[in-house]
Amino acid sequence: MTPADLPLLSARALTKHYGPRLGCADVTFDLYEGEVLAVVGESGSGKSTLLSLLATELDPTAGSVGYRMRDGVTRNLFTLSEAERRFLLRTDWGFVRQDARDGLRMGVSAGGNVGERLMAVGARHYGKIRDTASDWLGRVEIDPSRIDDMPKSFSGGMRQRLQIARNLVTHPRLVFMDEPTSGLDVSVQARLLDLIRGLVSELGLAVIIVTHDLAVARLLSHRIMVMRQGRVIETGLTDQVLDDPREAYTQLLVSSVLAA
Amino acid sequence: MSAALTATDRSSPTQHKGGEGSTGYNFAYLDEQTKRMIRRAVLKAIAIPGYQVPFASREMPMPYGWGTGGVQVTAAIIGPQDVLKVIDQGSDDTTNAVSIRKFFAKTAGVETTTKTADATIIQTRHRIPERTLTSDQVLVYQVPIPEPLRYLEPRETETRKLHALADYGLMHVKLYEDIARHGHIATTYAYPVEVAGRYVMDPSPTPKFDNPKMDDCAALQLFGAGREKRIYAVPPHTKVRSLDFEDHPFAVQTFDKPCALCGATGVYLDEVVLDDAGGRMFVCSDSDFCEERRADGHVGAMLALPSSSPARGEGVAAVPVTEGSGT
Repeated sequence: MTPADLPLLSARALTKHYGPRLGCADVTFDLYEGEVLAVVGESGSGKSTLLSLLATELDPTAGSVGYRMRDGVTRNLFTLSEAERRFLLRTDWGFVRQDARDGLRMGVSAGGNVGERLMAVGARHYGKIRDTASDWLGRVEIDPSRIDDMPKSFSGGMRQRLQIARNLVTHPRLVFMDEPTSGLDVSVQARLLDLIRGLVSELGLAVIIVTHDLAVARLLSHRIMVMRQGRVIETGLTDQVLDDPREAYTQLLVSSVLAA
Repeated sequence: MSAALTATDRSSPTQHKGGEGSTGYNFAYLDEQTKRMIRRAVLKAIAIPGYQVPFASREMPMPYGWGTGGVQVTAAIIGPQDVLKVIDQGSDDTTNAVSIRKFFAKTAGVETTTKTADATIIQTRHRIPERTLTSDQVLVYQVPIPEPLRYLEPRETETRKLHALADYGLMHVKLYEDIARHGHIATTYAYPVEVAGRYVMDPSPTPKFDNPKMDDCAALQLFGAGREKRIYAVPPHTKVRSLDFEDHPFAVQTFDKPCALCGATGVYLDEVVLDDAGGRMFVCSDSDFCEERRADGHVGAMLALPSSSPARGEGVAAVPVTEGSGT
């Protein structure tokens, strides 16, 4: 078995309590390189808690998350030092937020936003940083002539695309996405999803995408994980879960989608 | 305190030692416990060059922004034998400089001077003297905002973490933005420096012209921020590097004319507006340096001969210096 056959990320019995309340309980799964996993469920089902745990933004009450680093060794994320975690977060990982304002620096130009990660890992050549930023703006379909404009002057869809460029510029292997398309109108959503799908397959990214929109899950993901009240109630291949849901709750979820 | 103030004994300054002094103030205004506390912070700051050490900043008998941090540091390190010089924007004769000199003359009974060469402690706001400092001098900076990352990252908890992890990519984002907007690094003061290869530090609002003087400086440099309650330091002969990009290296301001009064080149000049018809002159910002040169016989283009018109002191005092007040 070569290292590439091992999971990139493996969560084991991940549990988080907020005092007496439950965030999520006993979540176990493996994610392989190049795989897109959708986590779906209604509001308050523990999706975002799970994502924060995986991205080490929260400490779990119990359980562990193993991540296979670039050197091929799998380490428990919660035993890494904060410096190592931060380094991981700005090189090997990306995090696309629901609200672009949380994921971007709104007072910094588009080029600066994309270049920040490069500078954080030691790039000190202005011309090269700018060329890379310009190239990435093009790849996410933002006119490179807007490189010096502030994200404030961008539309919602452009901000999300800028956020994606900012995250992908260091060629991460794993990207977390938290409801990346909510709050966008349908046509913009469709274009953004198309772009994400293109980039994911082109770069071979592993993605964990949290969404309440089953259409997004169907379009992007290979596998799906349905959560309810902090627990995973059903997992499987996306088409299998969506077309032939086993759990009553999943059936309800699937049937509540309005057919266009 | 008013009863104590009436004491008239003018004994020698050394008798201040031990608390009760001739002026009615404890030596150098602050009580001994406070000075000990500040000295501890100073020692820690020297041990970790560029690291901002929190300290319990006291209320001083002057407003924040007038140099309360610098005054507290000076009060903690000054001794009866010290000779104090205070400069404000390079000048010895502005209100701030005069007030602080008087403050220590009164509360510590120390000798004060305007000559850089004679001073053992130089408290400064915005400038490093042009004359090379020596190993028996201490330069005390008055700092308004010690955190170089402040305008990039508003959260104090986060900026501390960034310092702890030496995560300074953000600082370069600021310089990147400068180049993107202006075509060059347009930050001209409070230009961030890396101290001893580790901490990034705000050199207080000194012009970046003075940054190279901080590198390998023989004098101890102490920074006090009263409102923000931070002390930091650059020990003598420490490497201080101004941040930059490979293709946009750090460069200081240059002036195309020499000082109009003393003819000095390669020094930092202030613009002085002469009239409302566009008349102006550029003179040394370091007033002591300029006066010394003139005493040595250097003559600038606009230096009036003693017989014909007023000397520099009057001419300059009549018009405001253009550089803003800041803090």
